[in-house]
Amino acid sequence: MTAADCQDAALRDYQHPLMREYWARLDTRFSQVAEVFEEMMAEALAVIDRPDLDAYLDAARFLGKLGRGVEPMLVFLEEWPSVVKAVGKEALDPVLDFIKAMQRSPNGKAITPFLQTLAAVARRLQSVEQLHHYLDIARDLMLRTTGSIHGSHATLPSPGLPVFFEQAPRVLDLLSVGGMRNWVDYGIRNYRHHPERQTEYFALKLADSRAVVQRERHGTLFADVERQLDLYLRALWGDSDQLVPYSTAFDELRRPMPYYDRLGMRVPDVYDDARGIAGIDRYRATLAHMVGHRRWSAPLIADNWSPFQRMAVEFLEDARIDTLLIREYPGLRKIFLALHPKPVEDACDPETTSCLRHRLAMLSRACLDPEHGYRDTAVNETVARFHALLASGPSSTRQIAELALAYVTQTRRQSDQLPNVRFEDTEVDYRDDNRHLWRYIEDSDDEEFFDDPDRKLRKETEVVGLPPRHYPEWDHSSKTYRPDWVSVYEALHPSGNPADVDKLLAKHALLAKQLKRLLDLLKPQDKVRIRYQEEGSELDLDVALRALIDFKAGSQPDPRINMSHRTDGRDIAVLLLVDLSESLNQKIGADGTAQTILELSQEAVALLAWAIDRLGDPLAIAGFHSNTRHEVRYQHIKGFSERWNDEVKARIAAMAAGWSTRMGAALRHAGHYLSARQADKRILLLLTDGEPADIDVTDPEHLKADAKKAVEELDAQGVTSFCLSLDPKADEYVREIFGTRWRVLDRIERLPEQLPMLYLSLTR
Amino acid sequence: MTDKTQYLVKQEPFYRPQGREVELFAAAYAARLPVMVKGPTGCGKSRFVEYMAWKLGKPLITVACNEDMTASDLVGRWLLDANGTRWLDGPLTTAARIGAICYLDEIVEARQDTTVVIHPLTDHRRVLPLDKKGELVEAHPDFQLVISYNPGYQSLMKDLKQSTKQRFTAFDFDYPAPELETAIIAQETGLAEGTAAKLVKIGQVGRNLKGHGLDEGISTRLLVYAATLIRRGVPETDACRMALVRPITDDADIRATLDHAIDTTFV
Ligand SMILES: Nc1ncnc2c1ncn2[C@@H]1O[C@H](COP(=O)(O)OP(=O)(O)OP(=O)(O)O)[C@@H](O)[C@H]1O
Ligand SMILES: [Mg+2]
Repeated sequence: MTAADCQDAALRDYQHPLMREYWARLDTRFSQVAEVFEEMMAEALAVIDRPDLDAYLDAARFLGKLGRGVEPMLVFLEEWPSVVKAVGKEALDPVLDFIKAMQRSPNGKAITPFLQTLAAVARRLQSVEQLHHYLDIARDLMLRTTGSIHGSHATLPSPGLPVFFEQAPRVLDLLSVGGMRNWVDYGIRNYRHHPERQTEYFALKLADSRAVVQRERHGTLFADVERQLDLYLRALWGDSDQLVPYSTAFDELRRPMPYYDRLGMRVPDVYDDARGIAGIDRYRATLAHMVGHRRWSAPLIADNWSPFQRMAVEFLEDARIDTLLIREYPGLRKIFLALHPKPVEDACDPETTSCLRHRLAMLSRACLDPEHGYRDTAVNETVARFHALLASGPSSTRQIAELALAYVTQTRRQSDQLPNVRFEDTEVDYRDDNRHLWRYIEDSDDEEFFDDPDRKLRKETEVVGLPPRHYPEWDHSSKTYRPDWVSVYEALHPSGNPADVDKLLAKHALLAKQLKRLLDLLKPQDKVRIRYQEEGSELDLDVALRALIDFKAGSQPDPRINMSHRTDGRDIAVLLLVDLSESLNQKIGADGTAQTILELSQEAVALLAWAIDRLGDPLAIAGFHSNTRHEVRYQHIKGFSERWNDEVKARIAAMAAGWSTRMGAALRHAGHYLSARQADKRILLLLTDGEPADIDVTDPEHLKADAKKAVEELDAQGVTSFCLSLDPKADEYVREIFGTRWRVLDRIERLPEQLPMLYLSLTR
Repeated sequence: MTDKTQYLVKQEPFYRPQGREVELFAAAYAARLPVMVKGPTGCGKSRFVEYMAWKLGKPLITVACNEDMTASDLVGRWLLDANGTRWLDGPLTTAARIGAICYLDEIVEARQDTTVVIHPLTDHRRVLPLDKKGELVEAHPDFQLVISYNPGYQSLMKDLKQSTKQRFTAFDFDYPAPELETAIIAQETGLAEGTAAKLVKIGQVGRNLKGHGLDEGISTRLLVYAATLIRRGVPETDACRMALVRPITDDADIRATLDHAIDTTFV
């Protein structure tokens, strides 16, 4: 740097000698910096001690000379004081080291995004150790995603790194650094070789990216307490409804509130512990409040009320509901009071601010809190009237609305109209949005009004099928699950002509006769030994010996020295899962009359269903196939409680084949139904003609490993899986997936006979 | 002959009628009709029978049935002793001989081949054949057979045969209505009504979960236990956890839910 340059920059004449010195040290000619320099230094001086100021300026100078324009320097100068405030000055060296590493790699463009969010990140991390972790994560991401695409070496920058920096504050809002590391690691592992996907992943645009964030979140996850909440509604309130979580993580703008409508009760997907109240109790408070409205609130005609009046009605009605809830379970008061803000009486200045919300929140607080301590007469009078109304019973929405109206009129102020509303300490977050409280006469279609706008749309798609269920898939290379990876759509299988199936069965009349004989033998089974019988079919040697010893010893022998056997009813639930992938359309045999595997499967399924119906074991039948992980179709052919009738036959008649075989997801979904059955033995019988495969998977081991995992999961749920494979080359992979519980049918023509036989021998 | 006074109920048991069951039972007894008392566990079936025995002034012989019980356990058996063999009457035979009310508690627990021995006693013959002894015992005119039966029982395997059911008149019992249950607990244990009412509330919370993870709700008997503990100075929330929650379930979610009900009911 020449003296002339300094001269040039120093054209701005800093009066203060120190300022002049600082400017010289910065050694820059960027006019954008010069413009704000004094201001920035003033801020920096408030945070950074004199001795450390040189390091600050040196770092800035270094950033100014990276050859990346003014931004790195400018952003650093602006943001660094905040970073120091949050985590201390020790952060400087590691941050500079990391910047140098980026500069040396092809990732220099990421330096500015890194600096732009650094202060926000530091504020969330609150310690230099945590910041170290963050830098480690970023470094790891950089190293593992730089330049390896198509084997070309370290020339391409990491596609994910800049987006990662952009999203970092948001992610850290939701996750601990530990959670962030897992999230990043997942993204690297799965999208290292897909630049676009990688970018989308780190921009939180991919579903699995969000799912991983969800999984790693702190707080009480709805998914973890859903059953408890169901039980809570049922046990404590004798109520029950569909509970639907909404996302809080990715919707900062709308900040959704709990609400309920005809489709269910909507609650956030996660609650952190707050103000000493555990997440689960926040859920309970939210549900209790909604239950209270359902019990005690009656809607009012919205058109008759001004917005202010409505707000007042809502606050007071909510307080009434809470009061009634506390009557049922007095311990709720503690929870409500902890969650309900306590507005400070004089905190709102009515000269400059609209204070109505503030007043109403005070009023609501005072209704619940006997020790509210507010001096305001209107509040105290209204609270007294509120309690008087509730003294003899639950009162009503109407009465409360009148009280609210009176209060608004009495305390009206010109400034209530001001646009500047005081919101602080007025939001009661366990209360729902009260949409149920208002009816609009103007809206002719008032039934629909209370539902969200996309409801109609959803209704239409419902005709097509239920919303998908998501299942994880096992990633054998990383030994982790990919959460919510596969979407399973279920539907009732289409119907054909039941007479076709009767024809198939008639073809097998002889076989049916044989089967019938077997079935009759099988019907009562499960011998149970009954001990301690005075008379029985056999001597129970243990007991007899004991009796003999007693007798010889001169004491009373037990005369019940026999045992007998008794037959018990079968208690078996079975689900037959049929692979309906494209390969079933293959013909077997060479001649023209050859059948397809599908036709044979239909015969076999029909025979089995008939046989099991005779036995009386509950049987469900479903078919499945897949078209990538986004579309696994699961079709119900017969339900457990359906008898063997024309409807079932019609569905079997219409069985058709297409697409691929994503086995794991189908197994999991079938297991979901089976494990809900009460039975001594729950059997999942899989009929398939090939190995697991799908068009979006290239690694042949992947889906096999996942299917194996699914079988293990089922086992853990008490569901026994058994595979009947029609692929003569199946042994190896079938063994891998199903352990010992499989059989390969070499002569496919015998399927109709073999399937029922197999079942009978399996359950004998 | 057995001394029948030993089977008399000496003191009036505390029993609070739920409806007209006392009169109706008395009428059935007057006609010596067999009675089946149906209802969930711990709702007062045994107490009711005991009370009726006292009220009618008849001896009461109670048999708790179980799976290992054989016909001989009811009827009697030959025993070996120093001088050879000796016949010992079972409780059912004793009751038939002395004219007692024989109460077979939880009859479904017994195996069906055991249950059939009561059949001849329940029809107009009112006799009990002792096959092994070669004796036909004619029931005493005061004899009456009463069985209890819990229809909420989960296992499909355990049910009374239709031919057995059809030999009895029946009462349906259930947990008493809240006010009545409160009064029962207060009187039985001396607990203040207000606290008893809270216990009853917890009881109802539990009963709401029947079929949703609980096979049976929280019984009156358990509520009485909780009340007894509280009377002995155990803190209410501890007493409830110990008597109402821990015994009935190991399901963590249900425990958490019931615990929450307890914590928000007693403050
Ligand atoms: N109507 C009632 N009057 C007085 N006490 C009652 C009444 N109902 C229930 N109880 C109380 O409940 C307890 C349980 O009743 P009891 O033992 O009769 O139940 P149970 O129906 O026979 O139960 P189980 O089927 O388990 O044998 C009694 O000890 C008594 O304290
Ligand atoms: Mg009893």
